[in-house]
Amino acid sequence: MSKTFVEKIFTKKAKKDICAGEIVSVEPDFVMSHDNAAAISRTFKKIGVKNVKYPERVVIILDHEIPAPKESSATNHKEIREFVKEQGISNFFDINNGICHQVFTEQGFALPGKLIVGSDSHTTTYGALGAMSAGIGRSEVASIWATGELWFQIPETIKIILNGKMPEYITAKDIALYIIGQIRSDGADYKAVEFVGDIVSHISIAERMVLCNMAAEMGAKNGYVQPDHTTFDYIKERARTEYETLYSDKDAKYYKTIEFDISKISPSIAKPHTVDNYAPIEELEGKTIDQALIGTCTNGRLIDLEMAAKILKGRKVKIRTLIIPASWNIYREAIKKGFIEIFIDAGALVLNPGCGPCLGAHMGVMAPGEKTFSTANRNFKGRMGCREAEIYLGSPLSVAACAIAGKITDPRRFL
Amino acid sequence: MMNKFSGKVWKYGDNVNTDVIFPGKYTYQKMEPEEMAKHALEDLDPGFVSKVKEGDILVAGKNFGMGSSREQAAIAIKYSGIKVIIAKSFARIYFRNAINAGMPAIKSPEAVDAIENGDEITIDMKNGKIITKNNEFTFPAYPKTVMEILESNGLINFIKNKIKKQEDLCQKKQ
Ligand code: SF4
Repeated sequence: MSKTFVEKIFTKKAKKDICAGEIVSVEPDFVMSHDNAAAISRTFKKIGVKNVKYPERVVIILDHEIPAPKESSATNHKEIREFVKEQGISNFFDINNGICHQVFTEQGFALPGKLIVGSDSHTTTYGALGAMSAGIGRSEVASIWATGELWFQIPETIKIILNGKMPEYITAKDIALYIIGQIRSDGADYKAVEFVGDIVSHISIAERMVLCNMAAEMGAKNGYVQPDHTTFDYIKERARTEYETLYSDKDAKYYKTIEFDISKISPSIAKPHTVDNYAPIEELEGKTIDQALIGTCTNGRLIDLEMAAKILKGRKVKIRTLIIPASWNIYREAIKKGFIEIFIDAGALVLNPGCGPCLGAHMGVMAPGEKTFSTANRNFKGRMGCREAEIYLGSPLSVAACAIAGKITDPRRFL
Repeated sequence: MMNKFSGKVWKYGDNVNTDVIFPGKYTYQKMEPEEMAKHALEDLDPGFVSKVKEGDILVAGKNFGMGSSREQAAIAIKYSGIKVIIAKSFARIYFRNAINAGMPAIKSPEAVDAIENGDEITIDMKNGKIITKNNEFTFPAYPKTVMEILESNGLINFIKNKIKKQEDLCQKKQ
């Protein structure tokens, strides 16, 4: 019988015929966690097994509160370092690496046909490389550490076709926010999402990562882009292990197919306090903003910094502007390309690679009544640490334009 | 897990997200479940924690628990005294986290529409029924694996039991 990508991967893993709707227990190839590995290690100890079953499948990347802003975070990190040593976990990345999803991908763990889970909702990102990757809870990670396996309900798949010609000022982030505005934050709840179409095959891995990252904001279990030469080029020098590429069959059964023509969309914005609160930028022109944030696992990659540099070059920011490369490799590249100098000359703060202010636990916190325009993926009330503050989401071009103007401004004015 | 619960309803709307259920700023603080419970729904209904009683029932609209994968959002609700959540729909990770915490999450859009804040309702897990003042609603039984996790009071206990069973079996063989 013909199958979707997800059905195939679980059929392979379970070694029996699997269709959407079934529940199976299988062994993931990799299990990722970050600062929450401390809490997970405590749960793991409660289970009562002494050793992690497959230490080579465990990946831990510190990124959420780095460097530690307070004693409790420092203690957390210490606990993780001790656990990693005690359990012989070699895939450990300390505070000088970057955001988990970027580091995981750069380091060659995200590969076609792999089943990957992580204790972070944006684990969906690795679908950009053709993996099946989903966010899970902390106890689930602890139980995989102990037993190597986890229960999964196999999702039905929604096919999202992106057609048209992508205007120069439109980024993958604009597309993602536009789609979420249409299908809403539960539009893909419990479902797998496959991104296909002309646009998808033409964009880079960095941009595919934006789509799959934002799939989490549609409620999806995973996002997926079919591997092609762009994928194989990217992983050629990085792949840590062997992999087997899996594709959906041409006549596979989809839950739904949705088509979007993005030739004519405007730069997109998500207004407070939900990601599906969509508006084209024209609607918000002139809205004053207090802080601009460019970075996070959604938009902290080299092309994002390049977009920001294009607008900030030779200009001065009017509001507090925070720029955070998603990883040390990106940071180094951005220095080589001169982007960091452009940012500093423009008056922006360049922070160390990590999650930064995205989750409100660290740095860049807002005061009541303030507004941030951010390239992150979430704008829930209180998300950035203050429940009386507002978060707008947009592309690096839109946020950089806002930093220069001090208010929301169509980036086309600066291009 | 008990088979039948009765309790008072706390009803909320659609798209209640994990940040208002359990604020992000606490997620990396070391906390016991009882402490987490003190912050349950803090940014949605600050009065909830002081008034909720053991055995109460949470009722919500669609997409309950959307957002983060943070498990505390399920654990905080469970330890606040809430025994079960009924919603029009659940966000995927929240559904898993609730089950894995040993707290039934029941999807029933019809029941949610019929239930009002403050109602006394009864849930019969064994027969898949929600009994309100004037009505009765049914919901489908959970798949076997899910039921076993709930009956073990959560994933960790479920795994513990499983490991213990395997060890017992090995010992018998020896
Ligand atoms: S950057 Fe933000 S969304 Fe991404 S992993 Fe870090 S906290 Fe989560």
